[in-house]
Amino acid sequence: MPASGLTGSRIRERRTGLGLRQSALAKAVGISPAYLNLIEHNRRRIGGKLLVALARELEVEPSALTEGAEAALLAELRTAAMGLPEAAAERDLAEEFAGRFPGWAALVAAQQRRIEALEQTVAALTDRLTHDPQLAASMHEVLSVVTAIRATASILAEGGEVDPEWQARFHRNLHEDSRRLAESAQALVEYLDSAGEEGGQVGVTLPQEELEQWLQARGFHVAELEGEGALSPQEMVAREPGLNRARTTASLAAGWLARYREDARRLPLERLREAVARLGYAPDALARELGCELPLVFRRLACLPDTSEAARPGLVSCDASGTLTFRKPVDGFPLPRYGAACPLWPLYQALARPMQPVRALVEQPGRTPRRFLCFALAAPAGPVGFEQVPLFASTMLILPEELAPEDPAAPLLPVGASCRICPRGDCAARREPSILTDGF
Amino acid sequence: MGKRVLLIEDEPNIIEAIRFLLSREGYQVDTHTDGSTALEAVAARRPDMVILDVMLPNKSGYDILRELRAGEATARLPVLMLTARGQRRDREMAERFGASRFMTKPFSNSEMLSSVRELLGS
Repeated sequence: MPASGLTGSRIRERRTGLGLRQSALAKAVGISPAYLNLIEHNRRRIGGKLLVALARELEVEPSALTEGAEAALLAELRTAAMGLPEAAAERDLAEEFAGRFPGWAALVAAQQRRIEALEQTVAALTDRLTHDPQLAASMHEVLSVVTAIRATASILAEGGEVDPEWQARFHRNLHEDSRRLAESAQALVEYLDSAGEEGGQVGVTLPQEELEQWLQARGFHVAELEGEGALSPQEMVAREPGLNRARTTASLAAGWLARYREDARRLPLERLREAVARLGYAPDALARELGCELPLVFRRLACLPDTSEAARPGLVSCDASGTLTFRKPVDGFPLPRYGAACPLWPLYQALARPMQPVRALVEQPGRTPRRFLCFALAAPAGPVGFEQVPLFASTMLILPEELAPEDPAAPLLPVGASCRICPRGDCAARREPSILTDGF
Repeated sequence: MGKRVLLIEDEPNIIEAIRFLLSREGYQVDTHTDGSTALEAVAARRPDMVILDVMLPNKSGYDILRELRAGEATARLPVLMLTARGQRRDREMAERFGASRFMTKPFSNSEMLSSVRELLGS
């Protein structure tokens, strides 16, 4: 199903794809063609029986038509409104705005993302001396040498009597220090200059975002790193303009792709596909059968190539500070870009019990609440040793209901995307007021 | 009666300049470059005042200052702190840890001299 924004648009696409006329479809479900036209242009929202009837005529599942993709857009619109309360955006009309003016709504969302990226960059650059150890060290070197030169020159120029032997010594020091200063100053300028070059890109998109955009375009599957003729991560980065514009992105991407390639080697595509065909998307059964650890299975499942199935698994990982380090979003389960996510996610529960897998059936709020079966595990990231502080990373696989194996016993856990934009009124985990509930 | 000044600083040419400057005025100047053994140097030399750089190898000048203030013998020892960053934060930190005076680099020689005179009360 092509992933266009909203229900009405999807209905229209499906209908035209099947070669059905508006009048014919309208008649089949018992509404007027005019009304169907309003629906297709996102001027009217539908649900319940009409939705089911349309889905039947269009030969798709109702969920393939409904608002999954809208959740992320609406979340971004709400975040934008929160960011600029003086603009007094009409909060309850967010859905209608998105429905009637999808282009303008997309613009607002894109601008919000850009603002957030810029704010991050500004914060980093503003107190750069604190955040940038190389810059701080260079500045310190320059200042030390300047101090020596100033004190020495001052003695010679205004100090009255100075012994010839001392004079010679001081002149030598001045000479030496001037050379050092020239070198330090030059290095500093070069450093600031080169940071400025990729600074054309910095502030527009952060490296993590650029990588995710590139992956998004490829459906999170990198065929070139699979199988016998796999490229090296460096080769991959070198030939992809989406990855090598900025040095920071290139290095982040190289690291990510290196792990992808290692994952692909340890769990080849065909083995996984074949096991999934037999066992379904059951990570623990798959892990046992394939002899692989859970996080590897999670990552490989999320990176399976797109098939004809509408539903795809999502993946999110975080480091021990809880910061999201990787996002593969899935319709209906928004993953915040900056700032914090929902503390109830199994991803975080897993951090609290390292090495013990967590599974929960979660429900995201919305007009049509969506359910996802989530699996998470926190495992050591990086070298393990008696001397080192243990570092954990947590990974969560997000399975839309359609892919989830039957599990009637799993209790339902209501979650959100982020407190700020979450409508749940009565949540023990809420840490800040939401635009939707006006308070705690 | 030359008062003793202990200069704790690691940049050699700064050391030379300050040592020349102060000994010309009649002060006796000892120097020490390693942060981690600075306290021992103070105990051994028993200076009348200390000029202490913030950025030292192996130990921060602020830590040294704090420990000086914690010791009986050195609680009231005049200490002139030298720092490369003159932000309010650094000034406040120096005051909080008990610096007698705070000077940013680069400094003017005359200012250095007058500060030392003042702190030694001579």
